[in-house]
Amino acid sequence: MLVELGHFALILSLLVAITQGVLPLAGVLKSNALWQSTARPLALLQWSLVAFAFAVLEVAFLQSDFSVVYVSEHSNSLLPWPYKMAALWGGHEGSLLLWVFLLGVWSSAVAMFSKTLAQDMVARVLSVMGMISSGFLLFILTTSNPFLRLLPAASEGQDLNPLLQDPGLVIHPPMLYMGYVGMSVAFAFAIAALMAGRLDTVWARWSRPWTLVAWTFLTFGIGLGSWWAYYELGWGGWWFWDPVENASLMPWLVATALIHSLMVTEKRGSFKAWTVLLAIAAFSLSLLGTFLVRSGVLTSVHAFASDPARGIFILVFLALVVGSSLTLFAWRAPTVSLGSPMGLLSRETFLLANSVLLSTATLAVLLGTLYPLIIDALKLGKLSVGPPYFNVVFAPLMVPVIFMMVPGALARWRQAQWSQIKPFLILPFFAATIFSLGLSLWMGHQDAGILLGFWLGAWVAFASFQQIAWRAKQGLRMSGSFLGMQLAHLGLAVVVLGVTGVKNFEIERDVRMGVGDQVTLAQYHFKLIGVKEVRGPNYKALRAQVDVTKGESESVIKTLAPEKRYYLSSTMPMTEASIDSGFMQDLYVSLGDVLNGDTPQWSMRVYYKPFVPWLWAGVLLMVLGGLLASFDKRYRAPILSGDKEEGADQSLGRESSHNGDSLPVASTPLA
Amino acid sequence: MIQKKFLIPLVLFLVLVVFLGVGLRRDPKEIPSPLINTAAPDFELPTLKGEGNFSPKAYLGRVWLFNVWATWCVSCREEHPVLVAFAKREGVPIVGLSYKEIQPSDEDKGPMSLESKLSLARARSFEWLKKHGDPYQLSVLDLDGRVGINYGVYGVPETYLIDTKGFIRYKHIGPVTPEVLAQEVMPLVHELQKEASTNSWPNTSRNAELAPSTPQSFAPSYALK
Repeated sequence: MLVELGHFALILSLLVAITQGVLPLAGVLKSNALWQSTARPLALLQWSLVAFAFAVLEVAFLQSDFSVVYVSEHSNSLLPWPYKMAALWGGHEGSLLLWVFLLGVWSSAVAMFSKTLAQDMVARVLSVMGMISSGFLLFILTTSNPFLRLLPAASEGQDLNPLLQDPGLVIHPPMLYMGYVGMSVAFAFAIAALMAGRLDTVWARWSRPWTLVAWTFLTFGIGLGSWWAYYELGWGGWWFWDPVENASLMPWLVATALIHSLMVTEKRGSFKAWTVLLAIAAFSLSLLGTFLVRSGVLTSVHAFASDPARGIFILVFLALVVGSSLTLFAWRAPTVSLGSPMGLLSRETFLLANSVLLSTATLAVLLGTLYPLIIDALKLGKLSVGPPYFNVVFAPLMVPVIFMMVPGALARWRQAQWSQIKPFLILPFFAATIFSLGLSLWMGHQDAGILLGFWLGAWVAFASFQQIAWRAKQGLRMSGSFLGMQLAHLGLAVVVLGVTGVKNFEIERDVRMGVGDQVTLAQYHFKLIGVKEVRGPNYKALRAQVDVTKGESESVIKTLAPEKRYYLSSTMPMTEASIDSGFMQDLYVSLGDVLNGDTPQWSMRVYYKPFVPWLWAGVLLMVLGGLLASFDKRYRAPILSGDKEEGADQSLGRESSHNGDSLPVASTPLA
Repeated sequence: MIQKKFLIPLVLFLVLVVFLGVGLRRDPKEIPSPLINTAAPDFELPTLKGEGNFSPKAYLGRVWLFNVWATWCVSCREEHPVLVAFAKREGVPIVGLSYKEIQPSDEDKGPMSLESKLSLARARSFEWLKKHGDPYQLSVLDLDGRVGINYGVYGVPETYLIDTKGFIRYKHIGPVTPEVLAQEVMPLVHELQKEASTNSWPNTSRNAELAPSTPQSFAPSYALK
């Protein structure tokens, strides 16, 4: 009965969403204030209904109600309860429900935190979000209903895919989806501004915190996904350039460009058309990601659920949403003013260059991801594009982006003076040079690529430290925006150092080991002590004991216990790698198949992965930076009503006193 | 008022949609083999049981399956019971290609001579077939994987259907399932056999060629190791 109520609530929410998509917008066109004012309550009502349906499905999972097809296919009575809850998004139908639920969270947040926004803009924004919501609800109800009954009920569920039985699944999809769906807010604001013909600084100001929060979630979600793949899939890699990973990286790259471009639009009233295009692109790429994952149009390690019929629905929806947005863009963008003039050496220049490079990188990733599909569609054959393409194309584009992060953060708006930037470049330049030479000497191997990678990471990191230290010394107030930016930049620097380190210094050995055998990587000795059988709640496992010693010393510094799990409901054995994380490196062991001989031996993967913890630390720093910047007090201050098209100069005037995005000119050179 | 440059994103997107739409109708997992309908590459390889060499020429006139396998291959273990049941039920001979049985990891303790490789491969394969059942009429040892390359082996297991004239007519990548065998392989086998008998190709009498598909006992002359 409850399940039917959930289904019913979902149908009701579709009706409310359609109303939300139409009525407030009609109110804007007819200048009917009453109709416009329905936007907020409708958005809240729609979310409540979806939330109810979501809760009903959670209850069905927790109660192991196997009379529901979806529950019986993705859960099992033996499953620990956190996984029962997370199993809701372990399949296609539930993932979509989570998508719509989170879209409701964002819509409601917009409805609640937009008290100072003009009513007609609220109506437009929430209408756009209502339309998106309608599309997804219609998709769920027509092709992917999670509330379908199974009669007679199954006595036991088929269990959650063992690959997904991991703490990573509990949080990775909700975080990633929060990021994906959050891009809909920036999108809705952009579309609303295009419709109203008010692409002004107010619009940019409103979009900024929302985009930052969505970016933060997306960053966290991608980081979690990478971490999950690294230790759960047992392949020892943290990024595979897999289509689904690319699907999350593309919106992230565009969103990164967007948060910087929005800044220019807010402060200087420039790049408006470009910013709007980025906002549309960020959400379109999120939708494209959904299409790629859910339609099975590309093969991927993530292809849990693929179905061409569903693919057609998403494709049509994608074509409608993105096609109409870009049409609107083509129609309205030419009317947008060009904004304030800028000097060749100015913050605008650096941000524009970064924006263009990030967009180029996105296109390169998009091309690589879709190239096999395009070639296949043209009947030119089948091929796949692998990491070599992406590494070759992506890295050179990132080098100037990372290099310009430092002068970009230092330069003033409109016209910067070389003499003002220079003092802040000298210290990071020399510090990075010494650091990168020292680090690569210490790691015992040098080439130009390694030096450049270490240098770039250190360059950004030292610059961030210096700028924070300089401000602290001057006794200047540090706003959330400023600290957030520096932390996020520092985080990226740490990721760059980590990527350089792990790419160049990792050692991977696939070996066969019997009890008592030892293998040595770097200065670590791995000795197989034994393999025994253990039992888990819903699996049996073989667990190996591997003792690690370092250098000449006999004392065991760490005992690793990789497992090979056989889930009761699945024929596929699962590899549970055992990883010892230190400050500088991971030691990674996974247990493979038993190889029979006179004495039993096992195939084992033994990896020495330096710098991997740096990747996760860097992502966490970026997330922290994103949060600090999102909750800057400035965004909570009321916006002056006159702060519109002509507000560019006004905001410039406000800038030096009100916020600390850029460094005031150094009166005394530092270095 | 519309300027051309602002239409660029829309145009690019529409092109993308067309490709996505076409791509949706194609199966990304389907990998066509350029060898379909061409003569199966010839070879001569030692058989597992050591009764001399085998060449596909010897099977001219029969419709047979050529199955790539190895004891180290995890998916083969999944596929194996399907093949064993198939061999018992249907009269289609299956020839195994033991593909790169000796892996680089076997040579951890120094390089092995060809002789020791052969004997290790045989020992391991015998044991494996004893344990899991033997669906093969015979198996050949492709230690260096050259025959595999000629056949365009993409991953183990793979299965080829070869007709009476020695042409490859079908290829399946990955473990075969009972559905694949029933819905794709057997209809094609029947068609090919019919085709062959109407063409009065020699040696087409199907039953005459059938060997008992019971698990074979191992020749005692091959002592393990």
